[in-house]
Amino acid sequence: MPSPAVKPPRPAPKTDRTLSFVDAVREAAELEMARDPNVIVFGLDVDDPKAIQGTTRGLPERFGPERCFGTPLSEDAMTGAAIGMALAGLRPVHVHIRMDFLLLAMNQLLNVAAKSRYMYGGRVNVPLVVRAMIGKSWGQGAQHSQGLHGMFMHVPGIKVVAPATPYDAKGCLAAAVRDDNPVLYVEHRLLHFTKGPVPEAAYTVEPGKARVTRRGADVTLVGISSMQVECLRAAAYLADVGIEAEVIDPIWLSPLDMDTICESVERTGRLIVVDTAWTNCGAAAEITAQVAERLQGIRDLRLKRMGFAPTTCPTAPNLEDLFYPNARTVAAAARDLVEDVKTGWLPAERADLKSIEFKGPF
Amino acid sequence: MLARLYRSLYRIRRVEEEVARAYPTDKIKSPVHLSIGQEAVSVGVCAALRPTDVVFGTYRGHALYLAKGGDLNAMVAELYGKATGCARGKGGSMHLVDTAAGVMGTSAVVGTTIANAAGYAYALKTRRSDAVVVSFFGDGASEEGVFAETLNFASLKSLPVLFVCENNGYAIHTSQAKRQGRPDIAARAEAYGIPAERLDGNDVVGLLERTRTVLSGMRALGGPHFFEVKTYRLREHVGPGRDFALGYRAEAEAEPWVTNDPVQKLAARLPAGERVAIEQEVEAEVAAAFAFAEASPFPAAGELMTDIYQEAGDALACR
Repeated sequence: MPSPAVKPPRPAPKTDRTLSFVDAVREAAELEMARDPNVIVFGLDVDDPKAIQGTTRGLPERFGPERCFGTPLSEDAMTGAAIGMALAGLRPVHVHIRMDFLLLAMNQLLNVAAKSRYMYGGRVNVPLVVRAMIGKSWGQGAQHSQGLHGMFMHVPGIKVVAPATPYDAKGCLAAAVRDDNPVLYVEHRLLHFTKGPVPEAAYTVEPGKARVTRRGADVTLVGISSMQVECLRAAAYLADVGIEAEVIDPIWLSPLDMDTICESVERTGRLIVVDTAWTNCGAAAEITAQVAERLQGIRDLRLKRMGFAPTTCPTAPNLEDLFYPNARTVAAAARDLVEDVKTGWLPAERADLKSIEFKGPF
Repeated sequence: MLARLYRSLYRIRRVEEEVARAYPTDKIKSPVHLSIGQEAVSVGVCAALRPTDVVFGTYRGHALYLAKGGDLNAMVAELYGKATGCARGKGGSMHLVDTAAGVMGTSAVVGTTIANAAGYAYALKTRRSDAVVVSFFGDGASEEGVFAETLNFASLKSLPVLFVCENNGYAIHTSQAKRQGRPDIAARAEAYGIPAERLDGNDVVGLLERTRTVLSGMRALGGPHFFEVKTYRLREHVGPGRDFALGYRAEAEAEPWVTNDPVQKLAARLPAGERVAIEQEVEAEVAAAFAFAEASPFPAAGELMTDIYQEAGDALACR
């Protein structure tokens, strides 16, 4: 195990070009399909007028219905078929507009895709990408809101990535498509219409590298997927009271860059992992446990996990607000951790740090 | 042709009898689902395939693997958990694979590979290949959602996949009549617009001829086809023994299948000299395969953590 050397944060991408997350995903898919004729994109509704929030817009027209097609409502069989295509050398991207629908395909994903290379003694690969979207707010409710990435992190043989910016959305999708292993590509619907710098040319954001998105010495905030945005906002609230938070985006959850996280926590001594999922047995639990294992006896630690309330997601807006962590609750928890007391502080909402609004109907 | 079919049938039968014989030594630490009684289905269908055609199968996959040309030494070594096994000792009896021979894998979960076969066929179609995929599965798999979903997709996309339902009448110990409201599996395929027929699983020559005819049509015109092949498992669901004492099926039920055992039937149709020569060659080959497995090393400890992912620079393993 290499010692956790101090790594500088990777430089921010240099480009004047701004793109939405949706367009970054669409551009990555288009570039990869143009680069490699084996790349195909399919899933329920990928060729309908809404084109999966726009992420597949134009792909059927440019590449034809054989390389981009809508499927029957058959997640199990289509996942199995995707595996068969991958075994034959295609590089399928199977799109699910809801992550919850992956539960219909778990046998194929975890018993076959994740295990084929190992159980067949290295004789086959399954270069499959599964795009899955986590919903939030406007009453998405019990079965359209789940963050199930932790279940996939649990199982060896499938990689998991959860980009939080348009830059990473494009680079991670390209990396996932070029990877010879199955990759679960997690998208959060509230991130879809965020904008950020995205270079025009193709590039990859490689597995297993986290990014330090803000430097600070007092507390480490690890924000997963949409919670990365909330953590950066929380850092702004904390700065108002003189606390400097370091914020890390793991980007890839499997493989997970624990060196970068541990290096930070070794300096700050305090860690909050904020996930867009339940905390039990999830990504936050795993990251926290690995930090404790590596730094116990080396550094006095204060650790905390934040995520969904341990209940099913409600639809009533007031209950929904309580269900999710947000920038202000993260900031409050971080201040308590830093000052080691229950301060009772909750920052007043700043207009410039409001959470992303989502208008329905769906 | 008869000699070729007999060699394949006899070879599979003898390999599995040897597996059963060796099993009490506990050297095969792998569940084994023997095909004894069902071999003719794999042999008849696979005899009509080209090396470039591809098959997907089930945990009861020894017969299919061997009939399609999977390497015998590598299969026996795999059962022994040896590094020379077809999955380098890491898959066992239920995950036989030989990509060079077109055996693309077998699954321990019922129904799973049906969809994988359809996807492989989709890929072949995109490449304008005239190769076909054959999906082998049991009567139990026809109750899974993936069966219906895959038939629809194969029909919709006119995929070059031949579905072969090996209907042995039982899912473990439960008869088909206790599991299916309408135990006519071919009719379900027809309902999806897939031409379907019922065939006798002991008629190895008939299976070969029918498969040949169907495949030449599929290669020329595309589109799926469906065989429901009635067959019978003579041994227990899993393990080397017989299980009539369990009481879920009467031994009398097996009698016509034993009487019409295709291995014996075909043997009787060959000139004695030719038959004996085949049998002697096969015996030597089988003995050598078990000796190879016995003599092979177990995988190195480092193999525990290899092939979890494809790493940059890794090539696919091949025999």
